[in-house]
Amino acid sequence: MSAIASRGLTLGYQRQTIIEGLDIELPYGEVSVLIGGNGCGKSTLLKSFARLLKPVQGVVLLNGADIQQKPTAVVARELAILPQMPVAPEGISVRQLVSLGRYPYQNWMQQWSSEDEAMVARALARTGLEALAERPVDSLSGGQRQRAWIAMTLAQDTGIVLLDEPTTFLDLAYQIEVLDLLRELNRGEGKTIIMVLHDLNLACRYADHMVAVHQRTVFAQGRPDDILTEALVKTVFDLDCRVIPDPFFGTPLCIPFGREAPP
Amino acid sequence: MSDARTLSIAAVLLLCCGVLSLSFGASWIPPSEAMIALVRPDGMNLDHILVNSTRLPRTLLAIVVGACLAVAGALMQALTRNPLASPGLFGINAGAAFCLILFTSVFSLSSPEQWLWCAFLGAAIAGGLVWLIGNAGQGSLSPLRIVLAGAAMTAMFSAFSQALLVINQDGLDTVLFWLAGSLTERSLSTAAPLLICSAIALGGAWLLAGQVNVLNAGVQIAVGLGQRTGWIRLLISVLVVALAGSAVALAGSIGFIGLVVPHMVRRLLSVDHRWLLPGCALVGATLLLLADMLARVVILPQEVPVGVMTAVFGAPFFIALVRRGGRYG
Repeated sequence: MSAIASRGLTLGYQRQTIIEGLDIELPYGEVSVLIGGNGCGKSTLLKSFARLLKPVQGVVLLNGADIQQKPTAVVARELAILPQMPVAPEGISVRQLVSLGRYPYQNWMQQWSSEDEAMVARALARTGLEALAERPVDSLSGGQRQRAWIAMTLAQDTGIVLLDEPTTFLDLAYQIEVLDLLRELNRGEGKTIIMVLHDLNLACRYADHMVAVHQRTVFAQGRPDDILTEALVKTVFDLDCRVIPDPFFGTPLCIPFGREAPP
Repeated sequence: MSDARTLSIAAVLLLCCGVLSLSFGASWIPPSEAMIALVRPDGMNLDHILVNSTRLPRTLLAIVVGACLAVAGALMQALTRNPLASPGLFGINAGAAFCLILFTSVFSLSSPEQWLWCAFLGAAIAGGLVWLIGNAGQGSLSPLRIVLAGAAMTAMFSAFSQALLVINQDGLDTVLFWLAGSLTERSLSTAAPLLICSAIALGGAWLLAGQVNVLNAGVQIAVGLGQRTGWIRLLISVLVVALAGSAVALAGSIGFIGLVVPHMVRRLLSVDHRWLLPGCALVGATLLLLADMLARVVILPQEVPVGVMTAVFGAPFFIALVRRGGRYG
């Protein structure tokens, strides 16, 4: 069974259709990465996977069941989403932010439990933020801040984590730090990770399953080795390039040409 | 645990200010005498009559209005995710003023009781309009739309009020003084329904505090965490209208308490709304009491509208806040 699937999924805003009639299966326990040009609809697609956007037509299946039919609190225990560039409330501490992840487990009767406490401690430890737990989030560096948000999704204790461009505006070292953490969570705890990434080469390195979104549907999907070709980059990004195996990791490495032809 | 201690200190301070507020004024009545007046009033003692008929209602009013404004401000700042938001952003003050001026000039209302309900009606209508416009159409989850809708409504109602005042200025002087923010000339029996409404709204706000924490992290985060965000936002908006609407109906436009107190309390106590909201209620009440006490004596034998006093103290704090970029810690 797929972690996330869609049947005849059509998405759009007002009269503009962004995704049309899409059937997709995203495998359980793998790192899936959505790629595509600006405005191709990959972020919109990710939002619909997390019921942040209602389909115009068709269904999104979460663990085999229609996500719009499940109570939203039940969904929140199966799937966590980290939107693009979230902004923490001013002055909130790392621990307070991470604790918000326990919201789906609380109700009027059941307030804060020792299990909530343990899950927050675990999420802080998993992301290496124990020493920074009492610090305000807005005093952290970009990479630490992104780790704090990821820790919040970990405290949510879901099998599936969705992330919309988790590395945007981070410098290269922090990008690697965040992607390494996500891969560890996938390999170590079997979490299904589904994310949108801009950097093709990092996407190739970290993805088990790659989905190229183009012209309101999926242009290609599969292992990066199999699908990332010069023809795909030309079609999806309208960019001339050469694709060679990465000399260290062996994954596809895309070298873009600019206006100048290569020597 | 230090949060609980800070909160108790705030409560004790409020109590002290409350007692002082009974003593303070054109004539000084010792706190001990004021206490006796409350417990064993002597109908022939002028001081006792003064305490019970004038200063007690005024003190209770200041406490409730101050608490309402500060809590409404904290809720508004969370709802719009804008640190400079205040309850007035819902167009509430402008709506109340317009309704009051309209009804007073058309039906020549003269009793404070009628004014009260007029103002509350105007506040509720303006709040409702801002909510409807701010949430209409697609992409309704953006907090910015509420801010824009509020600014538009405020401008519209203010313009209407101005127009009415140009046409007919006679007999509106008392209304205008009252709109400037005043805690005088209110009888408790007139105010009782709104006092009860505010108390319920304050309790409701405290029950929602955990939800406000989640919403404050951003609408998408809140939806992702499984919150039924549409309902929570509607509930918070209703509470803001009830709180700020009661406040403006009870005491006219009193600025800066709703804007400034939440920031003070975030710095002194916590950004967690389960602590922040009760803290705002206590500090808002205390500050309005202090402002009102000063308003009584600063140009004896006359009084300054309390709204002017809060502006005198609030404006410098506000400027400091803007200059610091609203950071804590």
